[in-house]
Amino acid sequence: MAASLKSWKELPIGGVVPGGATPELNKTGSWRAERPIWDQEKCIQCLQCWLHCPDDSIRINGQKVTGVDYDYCKGCGVCATVCPVDAIGMVPEREGTCAK
Amino acid sequence: MPNIKTLAQREEAQVRFTGGHSLCAGCAEPMVVRTVLNAIPDPVVVANATGCLEVATSRYPGTAWNVPWIHVAFENAAAVIAGVEAAYKALVRAGKLDRRIRFVAFAGDGGTYDIGLQALSGALERGHDFLYVCINNEAYMNTGVQRSSATPRCASATTAPVGKAIPGKPQDRKDITEIVVAHYVPYVAQAAVSNLIDLANKVERAVNYEGPKFLNVLTTCPLGWRTPRDSAIQQAKLAVETRYWPLYEVAEGRYKITYKPKKEVPVEEWLKTQGRFRHLFRSPDGEALIAEFQAAVDRYWDELLRKEQCLSGGEEKTG
Repeated sequence: MAASLKSWKELPIGGVVPGGATPELNKTGSWRAERPIWDQEKCIQCLQCWLHCPDDSIRINGQKVTGVDYDYCKGCGVCATVCPVDAIGMVPEREGTCAK
Repeated sequence: MPNIKTLAQREEAQVRFTGGHSLCAGCAEPMVVRTVLNAIPDPVVVANATGCLEVATSRYPGTAWNVPWIHVAFENAAAVIAGVEAAYKALVRAGKLDRRIRFVAFAGDGGTYDIGLQALSGALERGHDFLYVCINNEAYMNTGVQRSSATPRCASATTAPVGKAIPGKPQDRKDITEIVVAHYVPYVAQAAVSNLIDLANKVERAVNYEGPKFLNVLTTCPLGWRTPRDSAIQQAKLAVETRYWPLYEVAEGRYKITYKPKKEVPVEEWLKTQGRFRHLFRSPDGEALIAEFQAAVDRYWDELLRKEQCLSGGEEKTG
């Protein structure tokens, strides 16, 4: 029995996380009661929504907004309130409008 | 000075704080964390005190942090980051490391004003090279809104409940920013989540100084302040506009108010938007309590103006 036990040097180090794993584990988009809808036509690309998003859910590419990441967006509506041109509106989350 | 495009560029290059964490919808803490991390171009090591930010971003086996991150206990974020920084300096001295690395500690108001004050004071006095960010949401929100020494007078908290005996918290909040100023560290500033570019500028100015740096950031909490979940930015903006939360910095002993509201907005405008002050507008004593609150805000602002006048460093330039 004792021979098959691992020595302390072989044990995995406890409490160490390789890093950045949360996005794969928690799709917090399921929390959402209201869904932000981004209007590309109205958007002036000021990036205020990106700056203020608590869930890193405003997608950007080349410093331009390209959409909302509904996998993580919790639907808090902060993006809609900080938008200076009302390019983001909040609509109730209903069955069938879920992401993907 | 970093502008919004620079911050976006940096996040596109490396996402340092990801989504998928379990902070409440509409929580203002991630906005502060992302802005602070994006404002620093160099590699960063983070120490975190216990609090909402720590528990919600590091649920095993996940983590929202894409930077080296360490949590030890509630009271010692400053001591931990001081130890990490001392180890880094030892490695540099031994010639094993030559990269410039920045050290940042994040702690809530409980972990800064109350529980971590001794560790913070010690690290400031020893002069370690780190940036300490107090994410100040004015109570122990993580455990269910208990009052801290950052909670303003009259705010309702579960350990200072409104009733016949007391109108919410009976005491005034303590001024940790000035306590840190009294340690004669190179850079101390107050910021708010409503002015994130101002915060990014302050972070950039702070990290250019060698030694301890301190930022006290007003971070709204929809749960504890009992406000709508989409109102985090408006709440913080009102706190700044009513002069309840002045944005200022003390760089090498020189005071500078970085934003002076043009209009005089009564603090009542800010109080009435929050559930934690609701009783002030319902009880007959409310009016007197609000007047007292306003007097305290005015006194604090006048004091700050005088400090800026006397200690701005302006006399040095002219003389």
